[in-house]
Amino acid sequence: MTSRLEFWQGNTACAEGALAAGCRFFGGYPITPSTEIAEHMAVKLPKKGGVFIQMEDEIASMASIIGASWTGARSMTATSGPGFSLMMENIGYAAMTETPCVVVNIQRGGPSTGQPTMGAQGDMMQCRFGSHGDYSVIALCPASVQEMYELTAKAFNLADKYRVPVFLMADEVVGHMREKIIIPDAVEQVPRKALVKGTLPFKADSDGIPGFPQFGKGYGVHVTGLTHDERGYPCATNPKLHETLVMRLVDKIESARRDMADFDILNPDAELVFIAYGAPVRTVQQIMHDHPGDNIGFLRIRTVWPFPEFALGEFKSARRFLVPEMNLGQIAREIERHTKVPVTSLPKLGGELHTPAELLAALEAYR
Amino acid sequence: MRLEVRFSGFGGQGIILSAVILGRAAVMHDNKFAVQTQVYGPEARGGASMSAVIIDDSPILYPKVADPDIYVIMSQEGFEKYGAHARKDAVMLIDSTLVYSRPDCRYIEIPATREAKQTLGRDIVANIVMLGALAASTRVVSEAALEKAILDSVPKGTEALNLKAMKKGIELAAGSTPP
Repeated sequence: MTSRLEFWQGNTACAEGALAAGCRFFGGYPITPSTEIAEHMAVKLPKKGGVFIQMEDEIASMASIIGASWTGARSMTATSGPGFSLMMENIGYAAMTETPCVVVNIQRGGPSTGQPTMGAQGDMMQCRFGSHGDYSVIALCPASVQEMYELTAKAFNLADKYRVPVFLMADEVVGHMREKIIIPDAVEQVPRKALVKGTLPFKADSDGIPGFPQFGKGYGVHVTGLTHDERGYPCATNPKLHETLVMRLVDKIESARRDMADFDILNPDAELVFIAYGAPVRTVQQIMHDHPGDNIGFLRIRTVWPFPEFALGEFKSARRFLVPEMNLGQIAREIERHTKVPVTSLPKLGGELHTPAELLAALEAYR
Repeated sequence: MRLEVRFSGFGGQGIILSAVILGRAAVMHDNKFAVQTQVYGPEARGGASMSAVIIDDSPILYPKVADPDIYVIMSQEGFEKYGAHARKDAVMLIDSTLVYSRPDCRYIEIPATREAKQTLGRDIVANIVMLGALAASTRVVSEAALEKAILDSVPKGTEALNLKAMKKGIELAAGSTPP
């Protein structure tokens, strides 16, 4: 076997990455610019023995992948802004019930139905905080067709390992462009940790993560979005128990931030440092390539949540962080929270990617 | 070297397929790098459609086309919207059956729609005539790679017709001055 060359659209690569990672359930509702993922899964999943269902809306889509996950399937959905908003309640349910699942958001311009065919990164805070209550999630941001494949596959492993919804927060630019991709022979699949028989179903191990009591495997398990004890039974008025449960849901992700962090540090001695994720990464790469003598620093992030704030300290000479985003500075604000280095947000709305000239002008302004 | 190619015509001519075939030829059969993008939107149905391809020997970083080196224009509205501001040293292939304007840059007139209809019997392959002419006149991809990418991409049963269309485009380009 040798790896295989293809010329694929980002959305095709996402669907193929999911199939290679063993995804066997897709429940979704088509929406631009994510529709090609559902189309591809509809054709391919049945041939792999999987199930594809077009649900009546995105509320039901999210519910369907949670149910499928409890039967042991690796499950996913794909959507964009308006559908993502509808999914929020059940995303909280997945976090509370510790249900592994993958949610793909090919971001388009919002708010509301906004710009269906144009790119954006306006849902970065929504994916972190969009459902009610306190919880933590994992979000990955691809910047190429290759990464649409690789990070989708990785999302399934993270979801199963941490028993949490994992978001592939892509954008229309990366989802719709076609480019060269090398398909690996195989994709690593880390199996879900099963619950040891005789253990209470929501009793966590030392890593903060309980074993998974898959439906149909003989476990007696009750799954509820209500605050629950280690048996899984509702126990919604005990203040200490609620605090302990919510802190565990948060800590199992936040305490593992270094283990799952995925970023590149380029030119760590630079004074002016770009920080980017998703499509704007490509513009930063272009100006670094065109101006090799300029010592432009670059923190290029793939795991945006949990945010790898410790990476900021690697730029010891940083005089300013420059943060191009296709939103009004959602992650720039997160960065400001973690550093004393001045942060300049370089927002771009309208649906188009930052041009190299725009980023060069920003760089010149702070020279 | 980075080369940017922009295709424009009206929805239904196969403008986007043309760009996908060109990118596929470069990546799969010429061992180069390519990125294909397109304008999505309701106006693409019947209105001006646009798609772009960047081809390079090294990985492509910024994926968008701003100032194309090569244009393939197949409708008057496509010319006005996506071709009229071509810079002076660009090259434009024009479907002279459908486009009456001419740019300030160098251009090659290819009567693709007329030839597709009259000689090949199907105007639907006009885009493949243009691709043949593009490969022959600019060498942006090799003719061998283009032929393979066309065969990869067209519906079964239409291979012979599409290859004839490509050859016709190569022949039409041969009659023009190479840019």
